[in-house]
Amino acid sequence: MSAAMAKVSVLRYRPEQDEVPVWQDYQVPYSDDMSVLTALNYIKDELDGTLSLRWSCRQAICGSCGMMIGGKPSLACKTFLRDYPEGIRVEALAHFPIERDLVVVMDGFMDKLQKVKPYIIPKEARSLDEGEYLQTPAEMDLYAQFAGCINCGLCYAACPQVGLNPDFIGPGAIALLHRYNLDSRDGGSAERMALINSEVGVFNCTAVGYCSEVCPKMVDPANAVNVGKMNSARDYFFRFMRPAGEKGECR
Amino acid sequence: MNQALKRSHEPIFWLLFGAGGMLAALIGAMLVLITAFAVPLGLLPADAFSYANMLAFAQNLFGKAFILAVVALFFWHAVHRIFHSLHDVGIHAGTGARVLCYGTALAGTLLTVWALWTIGF
Ligand code: SF4
Ligand code: FES
Repeated sequence: MSAAMAKVSVLRYRPEQDEVPVWQDYQVPYSDDMSVLTALNYIKDELDGTLSLRWSCRQAICGSCGMMIGGKPSLACKTFLRDYPEGIRVEALAHFPIERDLVVVMDGFMDKLQKVKPYIIPKEARSLDEGEYLQTPAEMDLYAQFAGCINCGLCYAACPQVGLNPDFIGPGAIALLHRYNLDSRDGGSAERMALINSEVGVFNCTAVGYCSEVCPKMVDPANAVNVGKMNSARDYFFRFMRPAGEKGECR
Repeated sequence: MNQALKRSHEPIFWLLFGAGGMLAALIGAMLVLITAFAVPLGLLPADAFSYANMLAFAQNLFGKAFILAVVALFFWHAVHRIFHSLHDVGIHAGTGARVLCYGTALAGTLLTVWALWTIGF
């Protein structure tokens, strides 16, 4: 198999010379265990040093190698040439502005992750000598699935509503928000509600479900969004029955 | 992203959509089977849907509630689905499309209420 070659087409965009993104084809030596990331790094090291891409761990844990592979949001290190006998087409992650080649601008996404307050907001303050916050394995199981998110952004590239409304807080951030709401040590649900309820919140979702399908870590953001819709609908109709101070900040 | 968060009014339409979808899933196919096939083909007694029977059904309070629920909720379900699918057929849905879609459901609902009212008790 040493002579076998595989075709890799990459959507290039070099802002200083390309008016619009352009396709460029490369031939790389093929082997059964070659990941798309390995192929791209072969191109960068051996064929064309100008190719730009992000990567780090090579094992689907850092979340930096997300890109469109054959039109599907995928991690380059978790996708293999052997599954694309016709050759492979690689482009920057959809719904993100392209910075250069396969590198996208993640600022908006990072901003959304911050907005959900992705940290434990303790129910009641404890002093150091009261010890740690305890949690049973059953309590941890409730949110463990949602804690698996590696912030790769694949679900944003998969979501047509993110494409339509870039302000939509999006599947990954809502999954992360849900992870903290479900944590028995956390008391921040009410604080996070305003975002869920808002015009950039859960009701942008039209239950497509592709986010959960492309997620490389088996997180189910679609489920988090759906639970958010139920909670938000309840909040919408029952908010008048709560004491004034507790209402969400939404007008 | 804007700092001031505005509450979305979508829960109203989402709940109507959900209720309509649930009802459609439960009895939609059965209604089509009965009204479009079983009665015309004679699988059910012909007078099951006779004018007199149907009039009595529509004049009964429970009958009225049933008809209103089926017509109105199916309407709200359908327009919500259509509105959110518009961009798939290349129409960028704005306020006009929103008013047209949900307005249709509102008109359908009001028309049904009016018809059920005027048909008497
Ligand atoms: S939910 Fe899954 S697809 Fe979305 S950012 Fe997290 S790991 Fe990636
Ligand atoms: S290189 Fe880390 S996830 Fe692919």
